[in-house]
Amino acid sequence: MLNTIWFALWGLLWAVYFMLDGFDFGVGVLHPFIAKEDLERRMVINTIGPVWDGNEVWLITAGGATFAAFPTTYAYMFSYLYTPLFLILASLILRGVSFEFRGKIESEGWKKFWDFIIFLFSLIPAVLFGVAFGNIFMGLPFDANGYHGTLFTLLNPYGLLTGVFFLLLFLEHGALWLSFKASNSVAERARAAAKKIWPLLLIVAVLFLAYTKFATKLYNNYVNHPVWFIVPAIAVIGLLLIRAFMNSSYAKAFLSSCVTIVTVVFTGVIGLYPNLIPSSINPAYNLTIFNSSSSQYTLKVMLIVAVIFVPIVIAYQLWAHILFKGAIKKEDLEDKEVETY
Amino acid sequence: MDTVLLARWQFAMTALFHFIFVPLTLGLSFLVAIMETAYVRTGNETYLRMTKFFGKLFLINFALGLVTGITLEFEFGMNWARYSKFVGDIFGAPLAIEATMAFFLESTFLGVWIFGWKKVSKKMHAISIWLVAFGTNISALWILIANAWMQHPVGYVIRNGRAEFVNFWAAALQPYAILKFLHTVSAGYVVGSFFVMGISAYHLLKNQEVDLFKKAFKIGAYFGLFASLVVFVIGDLHAGEVAKTQPTKLAAMESLWNTEKSAPMYLFLIPDEKHERNAVELFGIPKMLSILAYHDPNATVKGLKTFPKDDRPPVTITFISFRTMVALGTLFVLLTLFAFYLIKKDKLIDKKWFLKLMVLAIPLPYLANEFGWIVAEVGRQPWIVYGLLKTSQGTSTAVMPSQIIMTIVGFVFLYSILGFIDIYLLIKYARQVPEPATKEGGY
Repeated sequence: MLNTIWFALWGLLWAVYFMLDGFDFGVGVLHPFIAKEDLERRMVINTIGPVWDGNEVWLITAGGATFAAFPTTYAYMFSYLYTPLFLILASLILRGVSFEFRGKIESEGWKKFWDFIIFLFSLIPAVLFGVAFGNIFMGLPFDANGYHGTLFTLLNPYGLLTGVFFLLLFLEHGALWLSFKASNSVAERARAAAKKIWPLLLIVAVLFLAYTKFATKLYNNYVNHPVWFIVPAIAVIGLLLIRAFMNSSYAKAFLSSCVTIVTVVFTGVIGLYPNLIPSSINPAYNLTIFNSSSSQYTLKVMLIVAVIFVPIVIAYQLWAHILFKGAIKKEDLEDKEVETY
Repeated sequence: MDTVLLARWQFAMTALFHFIFVPLTLGLSFLVAIMETAYVRTGNETYLRMTKFFGKLFLINFALGLVTGITLEFEFGMNWARYSKFVGDIFGAPLAIEATMAFFLESTFLGVWIFGWKKVSKKMHAISIWLVAFGTNISALWILIANAWMQHPVGYVIRNGRAEFVNFWAAALQPYAILKFLHTVSAGYVVGSFFVMGISAYHLLKNQEVDLFKKAFKIGAYFGLFASLVVFVIGDLHAGEVAKTQPTKLAAMESLWNTEKSAPMYLFLIPDEKHERNAVELFGIPKMLSILAYHDPNATVKGLKTFPKDDRPPVTITFISFRTMVALGTLFVLLTLFAFYLIKKDKLIDKKWFLKLMVLAIPLPYLANEFGWIVAEVGRQPWIVYGLLKTSQGTSTAVMPSQIIMTIVGFVFLYSILGFIDIYLLIKYARQVPEPATKEGGY
């Protein structure tokens, strides 16, 4: 039971991470296209300024929880996915410092350089996270003799499709975020982008769901327990609602996008159960929530910690989001008394 | 080159680089919180400008500390998979707790602090930076609990081919962990206070913003004196704990080869590892080592030769790092005492040589911190978990040496550029004169 609870929490941490840092990635990739001059770019960056750091902590927590609850999975997952993880890591480092460094020297070349860094190193992790999860959904090539793959085995059609799918999810998410967090022409361009990206996202989502049938065993759990089909169903409804809400409220469209991302991640996670990482060579070596978990004692201790602290974290992060609600205006950025990036 | 050596180099590099930025975060967060509290309580604009001036430096430094920390969390799994598998039941928990209890608090309220000048009340704004400071210190607590367990494993059994928790609190509250925590965070406070004192001294020498920087220097000096004394006293207790729990590390720290009752301490000493002796031993203080290690002049201190060669850490580097750290720690106490005296006598401005010295002293606490970690980690060798698992048995089997070389090259490239930019920006903004007060007082 504890193992299953931790499996659900593991999925939830990743889902929340993608829901939150997803719009940071989307904003990062879109900003050179949506914002034309420096003040507009600062506006875009400052929409995520107060929150990107807190968003990224969900990744650290997801990593930490994998380590604490499923150490064997953590050990194999991180050493098998060595190169993509290094690239993700380097990207997150560069993206993180670029927000801080960008405005610290008044030079056009300097700012353009960091704009490019923000773009590129938001793009790379957005795609790579998708590639990594696509491959986890499929299973990695490992058995008693260890791992038999390289970076290039990960770049298979299904992995790449998942990468594109994640990227489009995040681009849509980021565009919707800017649609109500930025103002004037920047928001206008973000709205136009959200409308343009949506049909692409829809097509790739359909392709992903269809290809998943052939490339993975994720649907087996659904066939055996059809009640779970409700989760992918919500994902589809959420995706359609994004478009429907775009005519009335971009904030609501954004919330639909949040629901879509969380349910997409859970669609995969439910399909994996009870595996964390299946072996694509021989199911006997699947890393499951039972053979790769911590002791019941540690799972219990960690559950107590999670039950106490996660609600507190959610409470103050929500408070911070509410505190910074409302669109960023150009005047805000020119106000010398207010610290901005 | 084998994976063990490469993985060790990579960890040493990335951890030491991370620890250039962390101690300043630990110390400066409290100092900025104190400055802002002074503003809220007195309403004096000078403290607000001081808060913003040092706050900016805090942020430039914070960014790199944050992002380089993620590297370490990933590295345990990437390079040290067998270690992670062996200790995951124990080691993963404090890491996950660190993220849940501390990182969210730090990052969320730092966001509020940076961007919230006009969004929250004065009081709430000051509370935000206090929460950031507590967050960074809670984070240090949990990661040091994890490290203390590698130094002195407690509260576990070996089951299913790995270490499993039987008593979480035994590991979380063991003296080794608490002492290590207090020693490390107070060392961070020393870095923060020397940073504030050094930058203030620079501006005092240039005779600009004298009032503001005199006040800042005073805050730095008081905090620094307190912190230097704590580091010193806790360091002594910590060494006592090492003597009890890690005799090989203590012997290497002191380069003691033969087991001795009432062991003396030599002020000057050159280890000769090859011949298992010291090439030079000068200025011995009788019984001093026994007193330092066990607080008992008649205590017996175990020498390195008591242990099989394969179980001994590298002696020279552990010894030199330890000696340098202790010498620097002593210097910090003297410097902060003198600063305290000058402030009391109101003679700080006249002593130009001292102000110059304090500017030059900024890097010294950083060095002491790095040496401290070298003692802790190199002194633990050849164990990754002391007495339980050898470092050579902790690496990833799925990772090729070429992959580690590639990532080492990547990190060296990335970290040197970022480190260079960050230090450049720190210096640039430290030399600028604080911005003048705005009419509404900045909120």
